[in-house]
Amino acid sequence: MSYANLSVQGHAADGVPPVWAIPAKKMAMWLFIIADSATFAACLFAYGYLRVADPHWPRPFHSITNVAIMTFILVTSSLTMLFGIDAAKAGDKAKAFRWTMITAALGAAFALLHIREWMGLIDEGVRLFQNPWGSALFGASFFSVTGLHLLHVSSGVIALAVVAIRYQGGRYNADDIEITGLYWHFVDLVWMFVVPLVYLLNLSH
Amino acid sequence: MATEHQSNTTKYIVVYVCILVIAALQFVVAYSNIDGSQMFTRMMLLACIEAVLAVLFFMHLWVDSRGLLWFVAVFTIFVLLAMQYGWTDSYRLLNGVPWAK
Repeated sequence: MSYANLSVQGHAADGVPPVWAIPAKKMAMWLFIIADSATFAACLFAYGYLRVADPHWPRPFHSITNVAIMTFILVTSSLTMLFGIDAAKAGDKAKAFRWTMITAALGAAFALLHIREWMGLIDEGVRLFQNPWGSALFGASFFSVTGLHLLHVSSGVIALAVVAIRYQGGRYNADDIEITGLYWHFVDLVWMFVVPLVYLLNLSH
Repeated sequence: MATEHQSNTTKYIVVYVCILVIAALQFVVAYSNIDGSQMFTRMMLLACIEAVLAVLFFMHLWVDSRGLLWFVAVFTIFVLLAMQYGWTDSYRLLNGVPWAK
């Protein structure tokens, strides 16, 4: 048997089931999530190292209200995403579209709150390499970690809206909603580590 | 089909409430009177529990194939552990060089 025949026979189109019986697109999203979790882990480890190494690390957060609301919104958006995925799998297009758009709206609300918080810190004098309180690296590490997360949220909001509209128009199917949902849950999961490390450990008591 | 949908919804809401409660516990820990390392350990432990709940039930890894579950778990944990390799050098920079004393 030639190599050409081997490669043709190994193709999923010839009846060989995909790896672990999950669609290739879903597998690709899982691989992306594993790679992206390494990116976030590297940022959070670096942040943790800088935080522990400097005894004069700033504690600029006076209140937990804003971060608590942001957390509530993001976790709730994961729940609405699940409702959207379930509706899509049940073939209820209108409901799936509605829940996915609600998820995107909650993501947009989260992003706006996040930007408002950034503006507050900038008003207090926090810049990338200077701040009024202590370690000059605080601004760089804070804006890097939260900025990377905000970038993921913003791109997630756009992806959710695009996928929802194309799903309603018949160009995408329930699998696409589910795969976008995987990404959105990952964004939520990362926030669960950002909150304690970046915010709660830096509360000014 | 309707029963399955109902049980999924119930499961999602239970997990959602659990995650919110654990997140609230993190905020309680933030205001508790304990030292920094204890606070860090407790918060990270709670964050890991939240993450496991989200991965298993929100991202459906619990009901997907066991092969995928093991693949994701083994690769993610391996990558995260391998990243710890750099700590020895980081602590050498902090504590091991003459000018750090």
